[in-house]
Amino acid sequence: MERILEVNDLHVSFHTYAGEVKAVRGVNFYVNKGEAVAIVGESGCGKSVTAQSLMKLIPMPPGEIKQGEILFQGENIVNKTNKEMEAIRGKDIGMIFQDPMTSLNPTMTVGNQIVEGLVKHQKMSRSAAHSRAIELLEMVGIPQPDKRVDQYPHQFSGGMRQRAMIAIALACSPKLLIADEPTTALDVTIQAQILELMKELQKKMDTSIILITHDLGVVAEVCDRVIVMYAGKVIETGTVDDIFYNPQHPYTKGLLRSVPRLDLNKDEPLTPIFGTPPDLLRPPVGCGFTARCESAMRVCQEIDPELTEVSKTQQTACWLQHPLAKSRIGS
Amino acid sequence: MIRYLGKRIFYMIIALFLIITATFWLMQAVPGGPFTSEKQVPPEIEAALNAHYGLDKPLFEQYVDYLIRVITWDLGPSFKEKASTVNQIIERGFPVSLHLGLQSLAIAIFGGITLGVIAALRHNKWQDYTAMVIAVLGLSVPNFILASFYQYIFSIKLGWFPIAQWEGFEYTVLPSFALAALPLAFIARLTRSNMIEVMSQDYIKTAKAKGLSTFTTTVKHAIRNALLPVITYLGPLSANILTGSFVVERIFGVPGLGREFVMSISNRDYTVIMGTTVFYAILLVVLVLLVDLAYTIVDPRIKLADGGKE
Amino acid sequence: MQLTKEHFEPISMDLREAEDIKRPSLSFWADAWRRLKMNKVAMASLVFLILLGLCAIFVPLISSHDYYTTELTNKNKPPSAEHWFGTDDLGRDMFVRIWHGARISLEVGFAAGLIDLIIGVIWGGIAGFFGGRIDEYMMRFADILYAVPYLLVVILLLVVLQPGVGTIIIALTITGWIGMARIVRGQVLQLKAQEFVLAARSLGADNGRIIFKHLIPNALGPILVTLSLTVPQAIFTESFLSFLGLGVSAPVASWGTMASEGLSALRYYPWRLMFPAIFISVTMLAFNLLGDGIRDAVDPRLRK
Repeated sequence: MERILEVNDLHVSFHTYAGEVKAVRGVNFYVNKGEAVAIVGESGCGKSVTAQSLMKLIPMPPGEIKQGEILFQGENIVNKTNKEMEAIRGKDIGMIFQDPMTSLNPTMTVGNQIVEGLVKHQKMSRSAAHSRAIELLEMVGIPQPDKRVDQYPHQFSGGMRQRAMIAIALACSPKLLIADEPTTALDVTIQAQILELMKELQKKMDTSIILITHDLGVVAEVCDRVIVMYAGKVIETGTVDDIFYNPQHPYTKGLLRSVPRLDLNKDEPLTPIFGTPPDLLRPPVGCGFTARCESAMRVCQEIDPELTEVSKTQQTACWLQHPLAKSRIGS
Repeated sequence: MIRYLGKRIFYMIIALFLIITATFWLMQAVPGGPFTSEKQVPPEIEAALNAHYGLDKPLFEQYVDYLIRVITWDLGPSFKEKASTVNQIIERGFPVSLHLGLQSLAIAIFGGITLGVIAALRHNKWQDYTAMVIAVLGLSVPNFILASFYQYIFSIKLGWFPIAQWEGFEYTVLPSFALAALPLAFIARLTRSNMIEVMSQDYIKTAKAKGLSTFTTTVKHAIRNALLPVITYLGPLSANILTGSFVVERIFGVPGLGREFVMSISNRDYTVIMGTTVFYAILLVVLVLLVDLAYTIVDPRIKLADGGKE
Repeated sequence: MQLTKEHFEPISMDLREAEDIKRPSLSFWADAWRRLKMNKVAMASLVFLILLGLCAIFVPLISSHDYYTTELTNKNKPPSAEHWFGTDDLGRDMFVRIWHGARISLEVGFAAGLIDLIIGVIWGGIAGFFGGRIDEYMMRFADILYAVPYLLVVILLLVVLQPGVGTIIIALTITGWIGMARIVRGQVLQLKAQEFVLAARSLGADNGRIIFKHLIPNALGPILVTLSLTVPQAIFTESFLSFLGLGVSAPVASWGTMASEGLSALRYYPWRLMFPAIFISVTMLAFNLLGDGIRDAVDPRLRK
């Protein structure tokens, strides 16, 4: 399968008054063409920073890509200039943000916000772009698109604004769509509609999707593969089935136990993961999850585990995978 | 929208009524009264005054008469300048003040926005610090000090500009810049903080994610949104320029209404004080209303929201 | 590194790095004061203003000159060892007159600030707390007064009333309190909808206690910021009016009158304008910078 995106050993830091916050600490993953990949984790685990690094949208300074490469269609974009990135943003990679209330410009009509990208990347005339904007609004399911196109965001409901955002992101048929918590700020019923729409458009346009979320329910609905991040690192990755039915890392297990599921034992209570993630100003030496982990071992405090293969499709970074740990538990 | 407008105009009329009433009664409270204490008034004017103002009438009737005359825009004669009426003084002085005021406002808006935008785009760099030092100085140095300073440096010491009078463009430069300083500083600070706030908004990220250039993002998305709130301050800032003209016109000998007003105060020329105050009050109140209306027109969120809330 | 079996011994929860609280917790005001102290510009301004106040009190008391004695043989003298800031056109010592002017400026500034504060907090607090019709009437009244141009009212009053410091303070505060009242009302409206007020009420606190113990302390940040703008505004207005000849009358020295007198002699005796000009400007600057510092310190949104 063709890899559209490959991220190797990505490190991103933010320089703050208190010191260097290592938000992303060596992340590896890839996305195939037409595939939907989820990046999950709790807030502050580095998933949004990773996503924004892919388009080089993190503010620099204070942000900095310290090392690693981001190969988009085989080209490393880490070293690209801002001008070169402008040609990629919106055209090859589209992005949807979390809060549709704040991610649209309040003083510009929705139509004009779609038109901008079309004029820039497809060299359309304004009138052609305007009629294309109407088509796009229709495509994302906004009723009366010819009227709506000239309205302002405050005249749209939350769900409609997120549909408009999707129209903006997909205007130039990008090869990759990054959706950063696209449904978090929406009502549950609207969430389902937006996810449905994304799935449908992905099929239609053959776009790859990176879905950033902390909501595992959303993941199961849309994605093929899951990447679990914790404290700026990837701690487990696998297919949706791997992660949901055969989670290996104690953190992944904890995540799954903390969401209600209909397919598992109804009598099992929901259990939260106690504690908070480590302070990335002073990242721990060993595994970042040690302090909250039920099965922590001495080695966990001292050495950070690397990603090891569990199966062909699944990898996890946990010392429990080590033969010595397995033999101890076995005995 | 109509309801809001109606409410605003209603307040405006009450405020104007209050100030006209206050002017009248305050002038009555002046020892001896404004009209009777004038010994130098020649008999012909005295007679005309008595006929015109009905000074023998009870005070309340005089008050009603005064209200009617204000409404019909007859502000009476000047005591000190026997040849002129207050209306004539306003007609003579106001165009000069208006010229000076508009020129200052243009400098303040253009300079302030430029300075504010540069400071925000170069946040925490030397350009930002320089701009903010200029701005805080502009807010701190009173206009009459600044005007005197300009006059000393640029006219007396360097001889670049005429010291005083009002005879051509070069005469307008120093007074305009002296008047513009505070509004310019205010606009610069406001623009800067708005720009910094807007630049961190999600929709700026959306614009960048579309692949728009930094220039397009800044101009089309950031500056427009950052400048909207600046409009609401144009009313008070114009008021500042107007009151600043009292001192600046005096310092530079500009024959505008501000100087007439100050002269009428030191001459205790009560009809001129009353008339000019009423004129200024109307001007300011209408100006503030117009600016607020302009804001509701420019900002699409307010236009269609149910009549802007204060 | 060779991994041994010991490495894979489980560790109990309590042996792990305890989750310590990374930063000591501070009360809001202690934290605001800490931030203000870190702001060197604001602290320098504060020190300057304290020194200004001290000099304003003590210099006229201990100086061998006074502000009103004229010495016509000694007029328009440039700064010297005898007269540090020179003398004016009546031979009066400028140094003592400057500090006397500082007294007037600070008196006017703080008195106007205090009166605005008291009226504003009471008016805005009552309107915001009781809401409904009381709020409607009180704020409508304030709105109408607010539409009346401030400086015009002040000038009118000064034309009619006896000139003097007291008159200036009355004139400045007659509509000056409205800004404060609006801020306080807004804060109170916002705060009283929050849970802690409901909690206090459910514990049986009466209105007075809620207003003074809960609402006002929490609204103190914006009140302080408004106050830090009111004081320099009042100082400016006093000097502006004195410059126009509407302020205190001779022989009392105010910075504004001194600047006005100095202006007429600008060409030949520039120091007579220079000293009052510098003092007005630097004092205003110090108040503005301190105000900025206070705003940054109490506004948690700007917390870095």
